[in-house]
Amino acid sequence: MSICAPAARRTFARGVHPRECKGLAENSQIEAIASPPKVRIPLLQHLGATCLATVKPRQEVEPGDVVGEATAPVAAPVHASVRGKVERATMVTLPNGRHVPAVPIAVADRQPLEGDALLEDVYGGDYPFTGLSRYLPEAIRDAARAAGLVGLGGAAFPTHIKLAPPERTPIDTLLVNGCECEPYLTADDQLMQFAPRPILAGALLAQRATGAGRVVVGVEANKPRAIRSLRRAAEGTEVEVAVLKPKYPQGGEKQLIAALLQRAVPTGKLPLDVGVVVLNVGTAAALARAVVRGRPLAHRVVTVSGGGIRRPANLLVPLGSSVRHLIEHCGGLRDDAARVVAGGPMMGFTLGTLDTPVTKGTSGITVLSQREVRHAAETACVRCGRCVEVCPMRLVPTKLGLAARAGNAELARRHHVAACIECGCCAYVCPAQLPLVQLIRLGKVLARS
Amino acid sequence: MPASPVLPLIEVAPSPHVAEADSSTRRMMIDVLIALLPVLGIAVVVFRWFAVVQVGVCVLACLATEMVCCRARAKPLSLADGSVAVTGVILGLSLPWAAPWYIGVLASVMAVGLGKAVFGGLGYNIFNPAMVGRAFVMLSFARELGAAGYVVLESSLEVLTEPTPLMAAEEVTRAMGVEGLWPLFVGHLNGSPGETSAVALLLGGLYLCFRRSAAWAIPAGMILSGYVCAEVFYAAGLTMFPPLYHMFTGSFFFGAFFIATDPVTSPVIRRGQLAFGAGIGVLTMLIRVFSGYPEGVMFAVLLMNAAVPLLNRWTIPRPMGGPVAAP
Ligand code: SF4
Ligand code: SF4
Repeated sequence: MSICAPAARRTFARGVHPRECKGLAENSQIEAIASPPKVRIPLLQHLGATCLATVKPRQEVEPGDVVGEATAPVAAPVHASVRGKVERATMVTLPNGRHVPAVPIAVADRQPLEGDALLEDVYGGDYPFTGLSRYLPEAIRDAARAAGLVGLGGAAFPTHIKLAPPERTPIDTLLVNGCECEPYLTADDQLMQFAPRPILAGALLAQRATGAGRVVVGVEANKPRAIRSLRRAAEGTEVEVAVLKPKYPQGGEKQLIAALLQRAVPTGKLPLDVGVVVLNVGTAAALARAVVRGRPLAHRVVTVSGGGIRRPANLLVPLGSSVRHLIEHCGGLRDDAARVVAGGPMMGFTLGTLDTPVTKGTSGITVLSQREVRHAAETACVRCGRCVEVCPMRLVPTKLGLAARAGNAELARRHHVAACIECGCCAYVCPAQLPLVQLIRLGKVLARS
Repeated sequence: MPASPVLPLIEVAPSPHVAEADSSTRRMMIDVLIALLPVLGIAVVVFRWFAVVQVGVCVLACLATEMVCCRARAKPLSLADGSVAVTGVILGLSLPWAAPWYIGVLASVMAVGLGKAVFGGLGYNIFNPAMVGRAFVMLSFARELGAAGYVVLESSLEVLTEPTPLMAAEEVTRAMGVEGLWPLFVGHLNGSPGETSAVALLLGGLYLCFRRSAAWAIPAGMILSGYVCAEVFYAAGLTMFPPLYHMFTGSFFFGAFFIATDPVTSPVIRRGQLAFGAGIGVLTMLIRVFSGYPEGVMFAVLLMNAAVPLLNRWTIPRPMGGPVAAP
């Protein structure tokens, strides 16, 4: 943290301080990656129902054309991210291991926009802060739905649903999440520096759609440049930029709400049950673009970082590009690369194949070297209680692990297994190196049965 | 697809993919050994070879027992985690320094065999292994390990001919009156090797808490409640020793920082740890003042060990956001 960084005390209770390792990609400005020879657009990139393909093989598509249509309320359409020719439908494996149908597109040699022009098109230009009243809440939601907007922080929940709170739960605060608490990731940091205006415009539009009285952007104090950039852009608007003391998992919705508003989201409920809607900064920027310019979500910023990659970078990537393409752009893997993780090292999924496509929820690709991954041998739980001390949800992870191992659904329920957010703090500190998160996932299945 | 410059093998593993630096069971145990260094040092200064032999015998016997037990249960040898060595050192430091060698051996066999292995090894035992071993020999060899076990009249080391402050106090030292606290604090009074210097214990104990290799709530609860109890008993005229004297004598600090804090046999939740420590503090004072035994830490720890599952159950925290709503 630099000296001029604002002093921040606000944060949530418990949690951990993993080594940030943000220095690797922190100073790499966002660059638009060259189009890959082929993209494969998964028809499921969100939490909800799979889309229906709307294009035929050999059909020519332009960037932004719909290729998959949402047929259920909780779903978001998917769009072509490049100009090219559709190929025969295929299956892809998502980072979380799910197999889903995808639309492959052979990328044309000449793209309408590439490089800096593309970057300027996506995030540049002016976004108005005034006169937003001409966009009706209903129109904002429709634009979000049509643009295929989902949460870009990782959970990928369709945004138009978030922007349509039921009448019985009035929303008083709109939070914009710029915490980016996962180690290594710097995409949101760069976006806040590079594109504060679309983020703030998106926040104000979301405020209109939800009827929230207050808009707060939460940023951790370890991003002083992002804070300055947002503050400067937010002058004269009612948007507050709140600085938080860095801690993991501050970017978790429940933790962010606790840190900024001292409210606890009831277990099994949503932020809107305490009058809050949370949007990631990337989602806010994409919302502004969707509403003001009518452009769909077809690109996103992805951090490629870690000790196992030659040239860490923050890239603007056409959705559907393979992870391999990104890694090649970054100079390839180092010899001691050990794991390729979609997302950050605390909650990300390891990839079994580099052919995995980048989706709307891919916030980063972290390539960990042998030196960086966890190593110590697993022993029996020594009941030290460290996991209990750090659990941000105030659970007793050791008992959850035990319940899963023993197949004891009753024990898992008694210890509120369903409240776990799978943040990994417990496993991070566990001296016995127990795979607690994996066990807890098992326990959740067990407890439901 | 272009030819790939990428490695053929990539690991697939569950998150999180990074771990806190320097966090392992082995590291915790090494911390305990580091924290015991000042205590060991003082013990060697005061008791010379008696301390060295005592601790050495116990460590070796514990390691040997573990080896036999692992072989018998066809489990891979787990000496590397260091927990058995810790049990040995703590046992060696808590037995009377003059106990014959076979008592150390027997206590070690019981500590590892009965205290640990029969439950399934590290992490599964309910009772503090060192205290199981010690209790076994204390009950079997009452005479050798009573107050007389600490006094060797013809020893060349002067301290060894002094009676121990607490154990012999009831019988021998009434005439001496209450000694000054200073010698107890820095440690050149007679006792078990681990009990002589409160300063050394405090130093090591604070290191452990600072490293988070011991839960601070346990010694905090134990010292607080023990002090309050001692104060009350002293005010009521039930004990002739002032509270601080109780604190600095016998194995109170040793118990607070090194015995009660054994993670495996103590609660996992902060409130439970406080209650656990407080329980040991109160029980120790009750045993010291009202029972025939001059020292109470050992039984207090064993009794509270038995209460740990209950404490863990009673102190289940309310999750943030409240319990899961009934479907
Ligand atoms: S941190 Fe690991 S070893 Fe310690 S109590 Fe939790 S699960 Fe057990
Ligand atoms: S139990 Fe769940 S919520 Fe608690 S630290 Fe572990 S993963 Fe996070």
